[in-house]
Amino acid sequence: MPQGTLCRALPVQNEEELKELLADTGGKKYYAEMQELDVDADKLAATLQKTLKSRLRTWLNICAKCGMCAESCFLYRIHNRDPKQVPAYKIQSTLGEIVRRNGKVDNKFMQHCMYTAWAKCTCCNRCGTYCPHGIDMGVMFSYLRGLLFSQGFVPWELKIGSGMHRVYRAQMNVTEEDWVETCEWMAEEQQEEYPLLEIPVDKVGADIMYTCNAREPKHYPEDIAEMAILFHIAGEDWTVPSKGWEQTSLSMFAGDWEACTMQVKEVYDAMERLKPKRMVGTECGHAHRATVIEGPYWAGREDGLPPVPCQHYVEWLAEALRLGKIKIDPAKRIKEPYTIQDSCNYVRNHGIKKAVREVMSYLADPSYYRPMEPELEHNYCCGGGGGFNGIGLYRNERNFALMTKRDQILATGAKLVIAPCHNCWDAIRDLEEHFAIGIRWSFLKPLVVHSAIIPEHLKPQEEEEMEEEA
Amino acid sequence: MYDFLTGPMLYLSLAIFIGGCIWRVVWYIRGLDQKLDRVAYKAHLEHGLKHAARSVLAFIIPFASHTWRAKPAMTIATFLFHFAIVGIPLFAPAHTTLMDQWLWIAPLSLPQSVVDFLILMFFISAGFLILRRIALPEVRILTNWQDVMVLAITIAPFITGVLASTHTGDYQFWLNMHIFCGEVMLIAIPFTKLSHFVLFFMSRGQLGMDFGIKRGGLKGTKFAW
Repeated sequence: MPQGTLCRALPVQNEEELKELLADTGGKKYYAEMQELDVDADKLAATLQKTLKSRLRTWLNICAKCGMCAESCFLYRIHNRDPKQVPAYKIQSTLGEIVRRNGKVDNKFMQHCMYTAWAKCTCCNRCGTYCPHGIDMGVMFSYLRGLLFSQGFVPWELKIGSGMHRVYRAQMNVTEEDWVETCEWMAEEQQEEYPLLEIPVDKVGADIMYTCNAREPKHYPEDIAEMAILFHIAGEDWTVPSKGWEQTSLSMFAGDWEACTMQVKEVYDAMERLKPKRMVGTECGHAHRATVIEGPYWAGREDGLPPVPCQHYVEWLAEALRLGKIKIDPAKRIKEPYTIQDSCNYVRNHGIKKAVREVMSYLADPSYYRPMEPELEHNYCCGGGGGFNGIGLYRNERNFALMTKRDQILATGAKLVIAPCHNCWDAIRDLEEHFAIGIRWSFLKPLVVHSAIIPEHLKPQEEEEMEEEA
Repeated sequence: MYDFLTGPMLYLSLAIFIGGCIWRVVWYIRGLDQKLDRVAYKAHLEHGLKHAARSVLAFIIPFASHTWRAKPAMTIATFLFHFAIVGIPLFAPAHTTLMDQWLWIAPLSLPQSVVDFLILMFFISAGFLILRRIALPEVRILTNWQDVMVLAITIAPFITGVLASTHTGDYQFWLNMHIFCGEVMLIAIPFTKLSHFVLFFMSRGQLGMDFGIKRGGLKGTKFAW
């Protein structure tokens, strides 16, 4: 049973292995080893026996093969209605075949499955809502990803991603010290403008515990600063945990369920430790899905809910504006047409439909709103969901897939795209880079920080101080 | 042959059909797994069932869901096909008389003219579904021999029924064939994708519960199916 040194069924065990994987630029050796990787058919059959229960078996068996799911899939539409992109075909020709052969499949077939699972489906779950039988192929592809991961057939970046969660409990190599230092640094940076601003770490019993995406401390620390400014302006009693601050889960994209459990338990432990009244997570779709929607099940919680009530950032922002905790300067309102990118992970898959629109109603006159067609829970994936954005091997396919969103945005005529999701934000940035359609895109935090009125008592007291000194 | 088909074979096929359908439902519900499905069925059962009902209703009422509105011709064909396939066996006068005689139950009969109209609609919709399966690449690619067999199994009782009732050719032969084909269909339901006769309600209901419990329903939002 040839297992590679980098490409193998075993997940990443330690930092050393992770570094070896990272050193293999572009996954060259990793993918070469994948060509020789054996399939453990007995293990696959045993996993099917244990985990493929009535819901998934029924979905595979009662598919009417009506093709009604075809038009629901943005990848089918953008690929000139290629029948091989029909969701039912994609799942029947991969997972369906593995089940029919009871796991007796070869390396070539597993690589075909890997390509289909990560380059032909973003797990946006749109098809399931259109299938008359309610067959959710996104859920099935997620299950297939789990099978593939368990056999070592997973794109290089996602093997690394899940390894990061296993080693650092974060999708990037950000340690506890890095995180706390970044918070301190960001707080200090803002204190000239907001003298009383702090980022309280590990405060027990705060109203809000904030969690974020590791790329914020790693690459976009200004996002943490903006979050702190807005909590500060709103007068919230809040904190961040020193441990359990990372809300995302690339392991969810990878199908590494064990790592998903490790990751989410870290966040839930922070909730149990700090006992906040609620958790607010950053503007990230998959982070919300991993920690709030799917996480309770990985953590074995019977009620299917996290230990404390959780909100997506857009929900907290809408509430803060609604309650007048944050007020918008009318002179700084947006005065141009804008459109909204609805994230699959928290709009379609968690029903948070109104919050972004409510926030925008404070930031701009509603007459500037140019809805995408379709929108809300029927919106199309940004084109880079489910890990698609991050897989170098499928970069061409991902770039092609971005055309759906490009055309949706162009049809609105708006030049400003509100994208309160890291994944969507990236995809829209990349589509602008690739197609140069002349748009700008933004999270909500910077827009609100720009337009918010700073309460007098929070402003620097320079004049008074000078008088006192005199 | 007639006596056999209307005697032991009838009771056997009905027993397999009813028992098989019950088994399918029980098997489905028993196989639901909170951890694997990632849906907290038990903790939010009542709430989930309400959303299950919403989901099922959106798909058993013509044009109630986005899917049905997006494909009006397919929607009409699908609903006519299903109305006929459920309605004619249960409410055709020729059947209700025999049901009264053999099974001691007598449901209300539909007027023969309505049944004739439904039969015509059945053949038109079945023809549409067959043509669609051949003509549309996105449907053709999904079709295998089992799908053709299942379609043949559902259409055969109608063809033989028309031949028998119109006394075309050998009446007794077509009558026997009609009963036989009907019984084959009943037996096939629990064992083929025709099990969607009951599993549609399970599957659609489950996705409704999924959205009702996990994917937004507990936040008070309703998915616009």
